Amino acid sequence: MTMKKPDFVYVTYIATTPEKVWRALVDTDLMREYWTDSSGCARVNVSDWKPGSRWEHRRVDDAGTVDIVGKVVESNPPHRLVFTWARPTEAGDESKHSRVAFDIEPYSDGLVRLTVTHDDLERDPKMLAGVSGGWPKVLSNLKTLLETGRAFPRSTAA
Amino acid sequence: MKVLSLRSRLPTRSLDVDKVFKALADPGRRRLLDQLHRENGQTLTALCEHMDMTRQAVTQHLQQLEDANLVAIVWQGREKLHYLNPVPLHEIHERWIGKFERGRLGALRDLKKKLESDDDEKT
Repeated sequence: MTMKKPDFVYVTYIATTPEKVWRALVDTDLMREYWTDSSGCARVNVSDWKPGSRWEHRRVDDAGTVDIVGKVVESNPPHRLVFTWARPTEAGDESKHSRVAFDIEPYSDGLVRLTVTHDDLERDPKMLAGVSGGWPKVLSNLKTLLETGRAFPRSTAA
Repeated sequence: MKVLSLRSRLPTRSLDVDKVFKALADPGRRRLLDQLHRENGQTLTALCEHMDMTRQAVTQHLQQLEDANLVAIVWQGREKLHYLNPVPLHEIHERWIGKFERGRLGALRDLKKKLESDDDEKT
């Protein structure tokens, strides 16, 4: 693989363990607590997370709409998870896929550094705009969930 | 001294927010963030082209942004690329803006309820 310049790099430091970060990335019960879209609807990523397996980004609603699909490229718990990222209509056309990598590294003082890198988005400006707004919210919610045991209250909560 | 300087660079939780606000309190550093928003993943040399300050001053500003975790670094061979990392900004948004917005949304909801119940009384 050639050294390519990533489109986005997001970093957050979380007071937790690499194992807990990994679980939050692959366990849908945890994911629905922190992975929300701009309208507040929960999302989950569903897969067996084995290299070569398919994964789906699903809305947690009655329809369970699938917005993003892809393949697991690398799965090395609790250090690194890499998958491709595509619209369901473009699942067969690999030239349209982008790539997401999660790197989990122990830092100092009981902190874990989680880095999310999103590559190959430049061909799809609309997707680029969509994900660039989404990742910061997902990561800051994940940090809050792991550090306090609960995500931010939803705006609809009474 | 070495240990001290290392320690001061640790993004420990209690200091995180202070560092972010301090990093944002300088127009030059905010301009650097705008530069990275315009084009992500730039080298120091590329960033200096648009800044009316010395290379050394830009380096120091970038270091402060890095310490506040507002800039993330990716090494590509020998090139150091700077990326805008908006995650701490989102945390501030949740803590300082989202909270107040939620209150306003609650007030709107109450107003709507009241207006709708007034309508009910008329009919």
